[in-house]
Amino acid sequence: MTDLIHLSADALAQKLAAKEVSAVEATQACLDRIGAVDGAINAFLHVNTDEALLVAAEVDKARADGDTLHPLAGVPIAVKDLIVTKGQPTTAGSRILEGWQSPYDATVVKKLRAARMPILGKTNLDEFAMGSSTEHSAFGPTRNPWDLDRIPGGSGGGSAAAVAAFEAPLALGTDTGGSIRQPGAVTGTVGVKPTYGGVSRYGAIAMASSLDQIGPVSRTVLDSALLHEVIGGHDPHDSTSLTDPVGALVEAARMGQVEGMRIGVIEELQGEGYQAGVLTRFHESLDLLRSAGAEIVEVSCPNFRYALEAYYLIMPSEASSNLAKYDGVRFGLRVVPDGAPTIERVMGATRAAGFGDEVKRRIILGTYALSAGYYDAYYGSAQKVRTLIQRDFAAAFEQADVLISPTAPTTAFKLGEKLDDPLAMYLNDVATIPANMAGVPGLSLPGGLADEDGLPVGIQLLAPARQDARLYRVGAVLEALLEETWGGPLLAKAPAILKIAGGK
Amino acid sequence: MTAGTDEVLSFDEAIEKYDPVLGFEVHVELNTRTKMFSSAPNAFGDVPNTNVTPVDLGLPGVLPVVNGVAVESAIKIGLALNCSIAEKCYFARKNYFYPDTPKNFQTSQFEDPIAYDGHIDIELADGTVFRVEIERAHMEEDAGKLTHMGGSTGRIQGAEFSLVDYNRAGVPLIEIVTKPIEGAGARAPELAKAYVAAIREIVKNLGVSDARMERGNVRCDANVSLRPYGQEKFGTRTETKNVNSLRAVEHAVRYEIQRHAAVLDTGTPILQETRHWHEDTRSTTSGRPKSDADDYRYFPEPDLVPVVTNEAWIEKLRAELPEPPAERRKRLQADWGYSDAEFRDVVNAGVMSSIEDTVAAGVSAAVARKWWMGEISRRAKLADVEPAELGVTPELIVELNALIESGKINDKLSRDVLDGVLAGEGTPAEVVEKRGLAVVSDDGPLLEAIDGALAAQPDVADKIRGGKVQAVGAIVGGVMKATRGQADAGRVRELILQRLGVEG
Repeated sequence: MTDLIHLSADALAQKLAAKEVSAVEATQACLDRIGAVDGAINAFLHVNTDEALLVAAEVDKARADGDTLHPLAGVPIAVKDLIVTKGQPTTAGSRILEGWQSPYDATVVKKLRAARMPILGKTNLDEFAMGSSTEHSAFGPTRNPWDLDRIPGGSGGGSAAAVAAFEAPLALGTDTGGSIRQPGAVTGTVGVKPTYGGVSRYGAIAMASSLDQIGPVSRTVLDSALLHEVIGGHDPHDSTSLTDPVGALVEAARMGQVEGMRIGVIEELQGEGYQAGVLTRFHESLDLLRSAGAEIVEVSCPNFRYALEAYYLIMPSEASSNLAKYDGVRFGLRVVPDGAPTIERVMGATRAAGFGDEVKRRIILGTYALSAGYYDAYYGSAQKVRTLIQRDFAAAFEQADVLISPTAPTTAFKLGEKLDDPLAMYLNDVATIPANMAGVPGLSLPGGLADEDGLPVGIQLLAPARQDARLYRVGAVLEALLEETWGGPLLAKAPAILKIAGGK
Repeated sequence: MTAGTDEVLSFDEAIEKYDPVLGFEVHVELNTRTKMFSSAPNAFGDVPNTNVTPVDLGLPGVLPVVNGVAVESAIKIGLALNCSIAEKCYFARKNYFYPDTPKNFQTSQFEDPIAYDGHIDIELADGTVFRVEIERAHMEEDAGKLTHMGGSTGRIQGAEFSLVDYNRAGVPLIEIVTKPIEGAGARAPELAKAYVAAIREIVKNLGVSDARMERGNVRCDANVSLRPYGQEKFGTRTETKNVNSLRAVEHAVRYEIQRHAAVLDTGTPILQETRHWHEDTRSTTSGRPKSDADDYRYFPEPDLVPVVTNEAWIEKLRAELPEPPAERRKRLQADWGYSDAEFRDVVNAGVMSSIEDTVAAGVSAAVARKWWMGEISRRAKLADVEPAELGVTPELIVELNALIESGKINDKLSRDVLDGVLAGEGTPAEVVEKRGLAVVSDDGPLLEAIDGALAAQPDVADKIRGGKVQAVGAIVGGVMKATRGQADAGRVRELILQRLGVEG
């Protein structure tokens, strides 16, 4: 059984198709693993045992009947608890939604169901996806499988940790400023933020609508491509969803190609503020790519230095409006204060009790930024910066086919280390935010371990909008080159995971 | 509802001293099949909270999708109001907490409405034409309907609890905003009524709204301010909200002019506020203070893409526009052969369309006018509703007229038949049957009644025999009384003269 949990989604899918293993066996293996390690990891907020096994059994029956099945049918998956699911709770990591169950499925969940992928459960996150450490979850932090005293990144720490700890071969995440890629970087896993509009947002609980994007979380580049093709494509329920076909992402990942490609190193996303071990691994990756025939070029994106500040105006502005609906009137928590409870007091008490500090901080910030008299100076200026960042990308992609940078400036920090310093926490997303601001796709893959702490380093690839396939093409090659130097997948080196597995 | 306790000046005195400036915001509910941003049915009068989807309830994760038919309706309204149509326009979020708004923001348009800079020419009762400039017409969604239970005011303040029906939430609205209307003078109340009537007529004529004011399909917020004659600067305005009948619009504007004048006469400034209109007391009471600085934290709706129009589309819609009401009036007057005075009365009574429909259903223009200006207008006045709101259909008039022309009933009986039909007793023929209303056409019972009447008034009988034929009326009256009106008076007269051997 241990073997099953270590298989990539692609390898598992092949074994399922060949009837070497059943979907029930594969799903049960994941559920057993969750039972064994999740007490320590806390990646899951809800485990969907019965339904997952039921779907797996249906897949096995359909396969026995000779039905045509989706290639990933029977491959289990975890879903970030920001994405609504029928039949399971959806909390967004917040007390305000505790116990709420959605009457409808997100479009991506419908697609998982159509592909008949058993949903293992819902993964932990920073409340409403606001954070870079998963410490802002109302239901306790998730721990990094590499070191249980360290953060798994955020907001999607649950999905990344679940995949890193072999609790699931695949997971869904959401990425507003790096919430898929940064957890991928610090847990030694792969995460992709697709082109804005490439995956439907319908059913993803909104933080910042113009930045949010659902994407795949996995242990290999190919697995992300497989999942990306399942969830991508136009959705009439999402006006911002692109009408383009998803594209041949799996083929791009299988073929791989860097020869003759121009790979741009972003001057502004390295150097000061970046951990030495992160930069060492980053330069190693550049060398590998160069040796494989890529042309490494330097590009400058001067306005990226304003990206973080602009992001922290646009994101909270949209969030302050998106989170207004949590008022105790229609669903979720309702707190009725003593005395004569007017509607204002009920709304106020509900929001005071239901939201955590980081959420309140961003609502207040956003409300202020949108206020009459401040709008132009804050929201308006931030939108202008956004345009400048888009222009920087456009100019950079004239010189390079893909861009490359470290995913995060540091490896995983200690739990609690930055909890009282929001600005330090925000700085963790400095390299991931520009992609969201411009709507371009980004992929993070493991780049090795930092020498000083032995923790995973993430390498980020960025491509022009709608060119997600390039990420897979380059990512697959770099992954193969790196694994060659390591003599196997990076996760094989993770001590904590092995310890837990041995211990139970 | 308590009567307004405000002092008022007589209208004539108010107008003598002050120059009124008006402004209107008219909300038109479109009659699209589905809502503005969801696939829920747009239907009136259904069981509360049944015409809702997750989108209308603002559940976590939902996204809006623009109703294309509503956009076309908005463009048609814009064109009919002689507006320019934006090549590209955006939706915006208007943020405020109120329980009838499921998301705690209304999706509306702010800086760039779909239609702007238009005008309509309003014909007043005396035949003069007054041009009203249109500032803008923009798209938005309606709120749900709150019913406040307990408390004395029917408002949220003081209510024990409130019920909310989200069936109306998301119904497409077009808000039509005028520029300040100056120079109406004493005709301001009349102009107010005529303007709203014109808007109602236009949207009904376009087929984009049911335009039933009693159902809230057309709702008017009336702004009034006064200034001394010769002063350029506008006075402080008040906005009387949700004035929902033509008559009420006229009365509300008249009342506010009188009230403002009384306040200004005391040297007190007008408080900028919203006012509530009370039909029972025909007065307004203070609502909430409203300043231009109300902070709705508008920002572009990130979940929707811009609405982009093009000339070909706009010209196609322009070509499809029905005949404008003013031109239509000219044509109908010519078709019907009414005098100017007759036609103006018809227009002012608000029965032109009803007459048009009735003529189309198969009676002469004269007969249609007789009904709509006579019996139906009389009843409408008694019930204090518009004639068209009584439920009299063109088909009903055709049937009633056929019964009269065939001699089955007379004019007087036809009113009883109408009573019966409106009381739900069935078709006119069925009511005649059930109520026994047919004209007594069998000469037998008539002759009996005639003999009775002649015997009762022998002196009159003698006079007639003596050649005073005009005295026959007294006998006819007696017969009609005896037959409870169910006789054909002409036939009765004939028979009396025959009986007495006198030549008519």
